[in-house]
Amino acid sequence: MAEQQQPLPKVVLVGNPNVGKSVLFNVLTGAYTTVSNYPGTSVEVSRGQCEIAGTDYEILDTPGMYSIMPITEEERVARQILLQETPHAVLHVIDARNIERMLPMTLQLIEAGLPIILVVNILDEAKRLGMEIDLQKLQKNLGVPVIGTVMKRRQGLPELQQAISEYASVPHKTFTYGSDLERDVTRLATVIKGDYRFSKRATSLLLMQKDEDVEQLIVTGENTENLELLQTLVRDVIFERRADLHLQISMERKKICKQMLDGVVQQTELSEKEPFAELLSRWTVNPWSGVPILLLVVYFGLYKFVGGFGAGTLVDLLEGNIFEEYINPPVINFVQQHVSAEWLFELLVGEYGLWTLGIRYAVALVLPIVGTFFLMFSLLEDTGYFPRLALLVDRVFKKIGLSGRAVIPMVLGFGCDTMATMVTRTLETVRERIIATILLALAIPCSAQLGVILGLLSGVPGALAVWLLAMILVFLLVGLLAAKVMPGEHPIFYMELPPMRLPQLRNVLVKTLSRMQSYFMEILPLFLFASFILWSLKMLNVLEGLIGALSPVVRAIGLPVEATSAFVFGFFRRDFGAAGLYDLQTNGLLTPAQLTVAAVTLTLFVPCIAQFLMMKKERGLRVSVSIFVFVSLLAFSCGWVLNKILLTTGLLA
Amino acid sequence: MSKVSPKAEEILESLWIATVEGDDVGFLLSDCILSPEDLQEGIDELVKLAYVEVKGDRVYLRREGRPEAEMTVRRHRLAERLMMDILDIQGAEGNEQACAFEHLLHQGVDTKICTLLNHPTTCPHGKPIPPGTCCEEARKQGSPGIVPLTELKSGEMGEIAYLAASDGKKMQKLMSMGVLPGSELQLSQTFPSYIFKVGHSQFAVDDMLAREIFIRRPTK
Repeated sequence: MAEQQQPLPKVVLVGNPNVGKSVLFNVLTGAYTTVSNYPGTSVEVSRGQCEIAGTDYEILDTPGMYSIMPITEEERVARQILLQETPHAVLHVIDARNIERMLPMTLQLIEAGLPIILVVNILDEAKRLGMEIDLQKLQKNLGVPVIGTVMKRRQGLPELQQAISEYASVPHKTFTYGSDLERDVTRLATVIKGDYRFSKRATSLLLMQKDEDVEQLIVTGENTENLELLQTLVRDVIFERRADLHLQISMERKKICKQMLDGVVQQTELSEKEPFAELLSRWTVNPWSGVPILLLVVYFGLYKFVGGFGAGTLVDLLEGNIFEEYINPPVINFVQQHVSAEWLFELLVGEYGLWTLGIRYAVALVLPIVGTFFLMFSLLEDTGYFPRLALLVDRVFKKIGLSGRAVIPMVLGFGCDTMATMVTRTLETVRERIIATILLALAIPCSAQLGVILGLLSGVPGALAVWLLAMILVFLLVGLLAAKVMPGEHPIFYMELPPMRLPQLRNVLVKTLSRMQSYFMEILPLFLFASFILWSLKMLNVLEGLIGALSPVVRAIGLPVEATSAFVFGFFRRDFGAAGLYDLQTNGLLTPAQLTVAAVTLTLFVPCIAQFLMMKKERGLRVSVSIFVFVSLLAFSCGWVLNKILLTTGLLA
Repeated sequence: MSKVSPKAEEILESLWIATVEGDDVGFLLSDCILSPEDLQEGIDELVKLAYVEVKGDRVYLRREGRPEAEMTVRRHRLAERLMMDILDIQGAEGNEQACAFEHLLHQGVDTKICTLLNHPTTCPHGKPIPPGTCCEEARKQGSPGIVPLTELKSGEMGEIAYLAASDGKKMQKLMSMGVLPGSELQLSQTFPSYIFKVGHSQFAVDDMLAREIFIRRPTK
């Protein structure tokens, strides 16, 4: 146990998005804990372990960052790691094709005095573009180890492992900027007395660029007198250089990178014809072909695959066949034989039993739907489709106060709104995050619910169309309204478009499994908890009271009293509610119009408990309770209006 | 073209403003802000070049001196534009910087700055900037040298000239992604968003951001 107390030496992976950090992480650790690698969903740091040459290391994979000066929340997460940890080595992973653009960050990392190993990845594709890179020379120029790799095929792995295990920190080279900039840096660096993770030089530069985290650090790191002196100096420099500091620093770094790369990169012009990926990429971003492609993706990916195969075939197989015929009867039998107390019987296998409701719903009903969705999502994600979708919808999304970037949490919401609510933190402004949270809570049905609703409505001609129309209308109206009334700055859209590529099956499967795993871990306890609550409400006869209290509202929107329980369930899991409707439908208790009204109201109705908890965590109690009240009121008002419309027009009658 | 000294330039500038733009006939030497020695030196230089003549206390701009005076005024006002619009140095400091800067705008630098500023016609105070040969040429070509990204057609290439600095954070983001002055850029689509390529990377931006990226078109 002695070595347990000694923390493992850490190896941190940093770099732009889409350079293969997560692949490298998987290759190094062999772990299945990968998180996605495209802008938008990877907001957490993954940790894993590996052994190299007899020593155990802890490997940390950070969200993508473009510079050590963070702008978005995910970059801040990544930078925080660099500011706090004391790593054995920091691997800066770059895309060989874009070496000139990514090298400035290497300079920053070296300048910060971190133990850098530069990993030049994706060498194979660079070669295909006619680029020859002299890594030896680059290593000499930079003064840090440089390893060339093709991580997809594990090329360069032994060399990298050797570089990690043999890493010896030597004082780094200093890259000199223009004399005026140097003068200011020195002015600040000589005043800094505290001990920080980053070098004084890097700290000075970050202070000059008004980096808030570093400003915080010096408040605690310097004594009062020195702090005041330093802050005054910083203010002076910032003021003197208010016109063009950022630009100057960027340009100076670019100049240094040019020197570093002088004679390193040989580019031969290739006159090959446009590869298919480029062509496909152009189709997806052109509105004339992009919108049809989007519709195809939605139809085949969402409707056919998730709705048809996942919610239909798989659910029928698992729920109708395996559970109903092979698993449930022996389980119920077993409980019946061994349990005499009625309350315990009810708790385990009764109407709202832990097994019959909790486990069965989670495993047989929800998991196949969510699983197929995540498979689809991971597949699309790895092709690089989402950034292209983002730019396609940007103009429309601007109208509802969001930038195209928000399309990623929105799409993810169709899988799991809880996860999507967490991902809204990648949006840049608070305003965007709140609007996205509202829309997710209101108008984006999660895949579990979507599956049940699609199944429910597809039997009734026209119902699906009315439901879809109502959802789109509410989504746009509420978005427009929110964009009008919400204060705050308007979003600006910019995004890097990674090249489109064929997804790697293994990667897609690993992502799908890890998403399903985290989803399952999160929902199973909640399912059990919800079953338990429903069971105790039933036992205490409170459930009837609750249903009785809500029933006038339900009757007001034209639904039978029996539907009330679906709404009460709906709070625990949105799909519980939808599944409740399913039971009513099979018992023939609902007319087509009633079914549609119920489906619309239920889709709009409050998010499930898990999403509410996530909303509270991300947006705070006040905002989330307001959203909760707003959404509930709106759901029933919409149901009421829709019911009146359907009754007067005689549609779906 | 022989280069006149900064002192002489100041005198030419004042003369142009007073006599060509204003209604004065000549310029009272006692009105000049230069010290008497500097003034004398400047006047001597200009008289030798036959740009001005002095009659008593008044100095007159001669026909021969007009082109030089016009260009001096042009350089001053371009410098003002540069300081105030691009570098965002306002007020007295902007004026001061412009005064020091104008004397450096020789040997084609004024042409480059004029092109960079997209051939402005007025200074920040609303006074006209006399057009240079670059302005005439741009007018003939029908396409000014530096335009926002929004003015490019898809497929067109150019070099990033500068990024307008209205939102620091967003500019920083662009810069850290490698969208930097001096880089070659190729625009591939303008609707619904602007898509362009820098190096081997593709980026998408909305029109608000595209308006702030200025491109130097290649000279044909």
